[in-house]
Amino acid sequence: MKYLLMIYVDEAVENAMSEAEMGTLMEGYGRLVEEMEAEGVLQGGERLQQVAAATSITSRSGSFAITDGAFAETKEQLGGYILIEAPSLDEAIGWAKKIPSAIHGTIEVRPIWELDEPPLAESAQADNSVAADS
Amino acid sequence: MSDCLPDGVQAALKAAWTQRASLLAALIRAARGDFVAAEEALSQALEAATAVWPRDGVPDSPEGWLVSAGRLALLRQASRAAQSLETSDPDGKLWGGAVAPVEGEVVLDNLIDFGGDDDQLRLVFTCCHPALAPAARVALTLNAVCGLEAHAISRAFLVEEATLAQRLVRAKRKIRDAGIPFRAPTSAELGERLPEVLKTIELIFNEGYACTRGRDLISERLCDEAIQLASSLARLLPDETEPMGLLAMLFLTDARREARVSEGGDLVTLPEQDRRLWDQRKVVAGRSLLAQAVQLGGDGPLVLRAALAAEHSTAASAEDTRWARIVELYDALLVIEPSPVVALNRATAVGEASGPQAMLTAVEAIEDPGGALASSHYRLAVIGEAQRRMGRTLEARASFEAASQLAENDMERRHLLRRAEACF
Repeated sequence: MKYLLMIYVDEAVENAMSEAEMGTLMEGYGRLVEEMEAEGVLQGGERLQQVAAATSITSRSGSFAITDGAFAETKEQLGGYILIEAPSLDEAIGWAKKIPSAIHGTIEVRPIWELDEPPLAESAQADNSVAADS
Repeated sequence: MSDCLPDGVQAALKAAWTQRASLLAALIRAARGDFVAAEEALSQALEAATAVWPRDGVPDSPEGWLVSAGRLALLRQASRAAQSLETSDPDGKLWGGAVAPVEGEVVLDNLIDFGGDDDQLRLVFTCCHPALAPAARVALTLNAVCGLEAHAISRAFLVEEATLAQRLVRAKRKIRDAGIPFRAPTSAELGERLPEVLKTIELIFNEGYACTRGRDLISERLCDEAIQLASSLARLLPDETEPMGLLAMLFLTDARREARVSEGGDLVTLPEQDRRLWDQRKVVAGRSLLAQAVQLGGDGPLVLRAALAAEHSTAASAEDTRWARIVELYDALLVIEPSPVVALNRATAVGEASGPQAMLTAVEAIEDPGGALASSHYRLAVIGEAQRRMGRTLEARASFEAASQLAENDMERRHLLRRAEACF
């Protein structure tokens, strides 16, 4: 299953970081990306510019309104995303916990909408792969 | 289930029902984790059994028959879904039409791996996954693990049946859509996952114990189910002491059930309870489990809370209670579970051990950053009691009246108003 890991952080927290702290944070991201690539789970990901650079458009009574800023004023803002492939929610959560910003922010883990899988093939025996754990 | 089923069929269905965790597990695996599809398939299989068994007799392996029927139901569901994506199979030969397996199609016992206990564990941990909302975990556990139908659960929690049914549907869909895996945690994950399960079981028990409608069958059923769940957990995780602690605490608390509500339907507080009504078998069971947990080195929050319940349940009377020991236990509990509610309980114990002034001081010293206490009747009730004991009757009356306005149900409100009136 594919999951989008959305990284929410209070920009004020990151802006208050020293250069050294920011450096450590970025190194952490570098290592995480390497690990994800090595495991073959990374599908994509980017860091976003801060919301000061954002523009929002909404439709109001038939016409578009274009405004400066994010779609809503929130305490934490979307700072980036990572798209991964994981066998289940538990693995996706495991990766989310490793995201360096998770310590001072929130990571939303949302599954990607995928088209219906082809019909189940009749299997003579139950799939016992789950019996391998615990 | 129909009342006009022959006895043999009834008995077989009942027996199969006790294996529901294994049946569901087999179908969840066949459905590749789709909880929703598996549940639907299981109920279709049961429907088919009630239609076919009276006619053809109970099969040699009822569970095997049900799993086969369930698998056929899954194929049927899947082919319907496929047909909505593309046209195929105009002669309808793909799944043969009926859900009931025809002779020769029943998969024999030895091909089905019943995980038994492991499946029970997998099901409980899946239903109590942290990705599900607490209310959803409670409803789903009662439904999928304990086998309660939506209408029974909705009556127990005093919510509209439609609301409860929706809650269940959403929870099952979330399991499927978010990919919550059908498995039990590894020992490394247990530390994080077990408390959620224990909390869910406790919520179920509390709902039954709260007796908001006085004593009735549903309340007792909930308490019993919670005790059953805690008991299964303790048995399936013999190296863990917290499930033992939970079970001990539930036994010790449940022991007092009969004394908690008066004939008139009023709440009877612990010091006022007639201790002869306490169920001593449950007290003994609770104490024995607690001793086992302590011997294994258990010192977690549930073991401590069981120890607290034991102090109350073994005291011959309110005056004989070892209050100083209780304060010590609360001190230990506050270190690992620093909640304002626990601090308030401690303050009450301090009052018993060291007098009302100490009690008041203890209450006033409680930090409540979340503001949870400010909107609860409990804090005001404790303050009122302290004031009453110090002879500050007017203040006590005011405190109890203010507390009654914050009460969560009629029984508590009446109780607090009575205490207010007793201050003159």
